Amino acid sequence: MPEAGLKVDDLCVARGGRPVLSGLGFALGPGEALEVRGPNGAGKSSLLMALAGLIAPEKGTIGWSGGGEAGESRALLHYLGHRAAVKPGLTLRENLTFWADALRGARDGVMPALAAAGLAAIADLDAGVLSAGQARRLALARLLAIRRPVWLLDEPTAALDKDGAGWAGTLVAAHLAGGGMAVIATHLDIAYGSGVSPRRLDLEGGA
Amino acid sequence: MRAFLAIVARDLRLGLRQGGDILTLVLFFVIVGTVLPFAIGPDRPQLARLAPAIVWVAALLAQLLSNERLFGSDFEDGSLAILRHAPLPLEMVVGAKMLAHWVLTALPIIAATPVLALMLGMEGETLLRAIGSLVLGTPALVAFGTVGAAVTVGLKRGGLVAPVLVLPLSLPVLIFGTGAMAPMVPGASGQALLLLAALGLVSVALVPFAAAMALRFAGE
Repeated sequence: MPEAGLKVDDLCVARGGRPVLSGLGFALGPGEALEVRGPNGAGKSSLLMALAGLIAPEKGTIGWSGGGEAGESRALLHYLGHRAAVKPGLTLRENLTFWADALRGARDGVMPALAAAGLAAIADLDAGVLSAGQARRLALARLLAIRRPVWLLDEPTAALDKDGAGWAGTLVAAHLAGGGMAVIATHLDIAYGSGVSPRRLDLEGGA
Repeated sequence: MRAFLAIVARDLRLGLRQGGDILTLVLFFVIVGTVLPFAIGPDRPQLARLAPAIVWVAALLAQLLSNERLFGSDFEDGSLAILRHAPLPLEMVVGAKMLAHWVLTALPIIAATPVLALMLGMEGETLLRAIGSLVLGTPALVAFGTVGAAVTVGLKRGGLVAPVLVLPLSLPVLIFGTGAMAPMVPGASGQALLLLAALGLVSVALVPFAAAMALRFAGE
């Protein structure tokens, strides 16, 4: 897994013409995590979407390093948004295999990732019948199956049960220990286990 | 290439599993073509004269009906956002989805054309020309539909906006498509087919760029 760096400078993001973030700056390196906290509407998701390149910032720069040529940053990162990107009509295994192919991961990672997510027993079930928590687990399994150095996680533990939330925490910890990087927006406390202390960014404002 | 094929294969698999959609589309195509003769009346020579127009209008309407699902479900469930992080440019993602969409929507319509030919009393030669013109013309229809689907993907109720955008764009296809089937001037059929092919090639080549740009804005 290649290492990556992120440097954000004077970032301003607006949604629907209303500024939600302004003058934001931080830097992250391999093995580091940033936990973004703040009330609803403070701009946590907008920050992640801007980092993921899904919305263009009004002002400021988002600089990735380690991705090779410019524009290759998209091959560095995993974005886990509110919507789990789980396709009904395909089985769990097919869902994950598709992402392994489309994101240029290895297919061997699919079954171990499903097993780690606790979904191995239902690998051949139609993903359309999954509960919200199971869909979330499948989405997290995608991060595990396809190795990428940067994880952008938007409320990764939403809809997860206690075990699932704990698993998500250890997943992030293992990712960081392997030299990965993570930006996590959450309003729930996530237990990463001992020895992991993400930096904290508190966003003000909101609703 | 692996990612491109993965997208095509996934869309085909999804489309074939929901086989009802394809059947509905084919039935819609045949029913539109069957209803029009009732409005026109049982005048066989007149029907035969109007057959090219009926076939093409039915194909156009069926195509319009199916365009919404091109990007709709991928946008809704968040897959489109993740596909933007594929090593593949978004233009290629659009290209892959267009290819799968053509196989799932245009091919069944082309295959159902003989049924319509029977209803409209088309002769063998006209049927062959109908199939030829549909094979060459439907890629352009799919391409224009892709632009419409991409532009309206973020709209909550884009249902009618896309057809309104796409119909005027599709007029040249309609003109040359019917022209290829029933040439006004003897021998002009070949020229119409060539123009249809050119239209298809140009639109298929350029549309992925336009649609990808629209999808990038839709993310906001």
